[in-house]
Amino acid sequence: MLADQTRLSRKWQHIFLLIIVCCFTWIAIEMVQFDFYQSLLSIPTAGLWMIENLWITAETWREFPDIMLKLVETILMSVAATTIAAFISFFLGIAGSTTTRRNGLMAGLSRGIASVARNIPVVAWALILLLSFGQNSLTGFLALFVGTVGFLTRAFMESIDEVGLKSFEALTATGATYFQVIFKAVIPQALPQMLSWVLFMIETNIRSATLVGILTGTGIGYTFDLYYKTLNYEAVALVTLLIILTVIVIELTSNRIRKVIL
Amino acid sequence: MALLEIKALNKSYQSQHVLTNIDFTVETGEFLSVIGPSGAGKSTLLRCINRLVEADSGEIIFNGENILKLGRKSLRKERANIGMVFQHYNLVPRLTVIENVLHGRFGYKSTLQGMLGVFSEEEKERAFYLLEKLGIVEHAYKRCDQLSGGQQQRVGICRALIQDPKLILCDEPIASLDPHSSKVIMDYLKSITEELGITCIVNLHQVEVAQSYSNRIIGLNKGHLVFNGPNRQLDSHYIGEVYGMDTRELITV
Repeated sequence: MLADQTRLSRKWQHIFLLIIVCCFTWIAIEMVQFDFYQSLLSIPTAGLWMIENLWITAETWREFPDIMLKLVETILMSVAATTIAAFISFFLGIAGSTTTRRNGLMAGLSRGIASVARNIPVVAWALILLLSFGQNSLTGFLALFVGTVGFLTRAFMESIDEVGLKSFEALTATGATYFQVIFKAVIPQALPQMLSWVLFMIETNIRSATLVGILTGTGIGYTFDLYYKTLNYEAVALVTLLIILTVIVIELTSNRIRKVIL
Repeated sequence: MALLEIKALNKSYQSQHVLTNIDFTVETGEFLSVIGPSGAGKSTLLRCINRLVEADSGEIIFNGENILKLGRKSLRKERANIGMVFQHYNLVPRLTVIENVLHGRFGYKSTLQGMLGVFSEEEKERAFYLLEKLGIVEHAYKRCDQLSGGQQQRVGICRALIQDPKLILCDEPIASLDPHSSKVIMDYLKSITEELGITCIVNLHQVEVAQSYSNRIIGLNKGHLVFNGPNRQLDSHYIGEVYGMDTRELITV
């Protein structure tokens, strides 16, 4: 009897919730004057435009070497930004982890750096750095680098926290020094997890590099922007296709590596 | 002179007293059990001895030195003299058995030697000898996470023994093991004391195990020392004192 009653009130709760969600959706649509019906109608037209314009023709392939050159540059930049950031994050992570921290000041500092770097989106970093460093590949590199330091420091801290405490305690008890404990107990255990995060970040950065490139005028993003603004839509389609292929290949490779190391 | 002397030891977390005025001594070659209900302060007591936990006040005289007053270097030296065995073994799971055993030598090495993993032939032979003695030498090159609980605990004991310690602290060494493995581990610990003359302090949940293995038992309740005497003296009256209830209310095997 009681169970029936709660089930009934649960049901009314759900209905009530649904009504509220509908109201909010309606209000939001009214406020931004989003015409749902009109948008639906424009889908076929947009699709048709894409098929007509984004068709890679034989002529487009002449641009292929140029695009590949830029694409490789972008990949290398992402890898460089990620690995150098990983190196920095490694030390920040050790300084900031609750298990391995030595003093509050260093821990606070590293957590602070990580949080500032992470919470400002990479696009914002690109625009800020563009003003101070100008339009060159260093700017793109730095934008990726800063965001990656933020993310990896956080990820490394958690990887270390997860594995470290027990063996940290045990090795400390044997009379081992701090660095012996870090390099012989904490790192061996946390390394696969950390490498996995680095691989993830390389993937993410290759994706972001395109966007950052559009903003800072470097790499494949710049190529994309250039073709787009000169109305060479076939080339735009080719660039997009190549980016997608690259990301897929990188993802498959890093999954393979992950399987081996974990 | 006693190997270990603890005087008026106090420890509290925030405002909660975990250890209150603990006094006792341990002679060389003793097998001492510490019993008490969960939260009585057994683990904290053990961790105060090698300063994994910093005590608030009191004295811990080990090997003629007050542990609580030692600087970083001398503390490291004394820690090398004190082995520790943990409930959850606290090995590095991804590393091999032999690597984990050799971790016990870090207390005698410079930071760089330790980081590079430089060990002498003698140390390696000693590690294999100990593994042989504890019957797990065939697993020497396996990763620790492939071993059973009882086997991992034996690796933990090897790691403690290779330190050449004067004292071994065992924090609930059999709490996560099945009855058979528990017996194997307790027998090893007992033989360490009897054959090698190494003093053992063992935290235990099981009163019967404490009674059958130790020379002396210490009972803690809510951070107070309520019993300290030879194992035969621990009768149902004192067990009641330690656990704060009648023996009949406890599960006894």
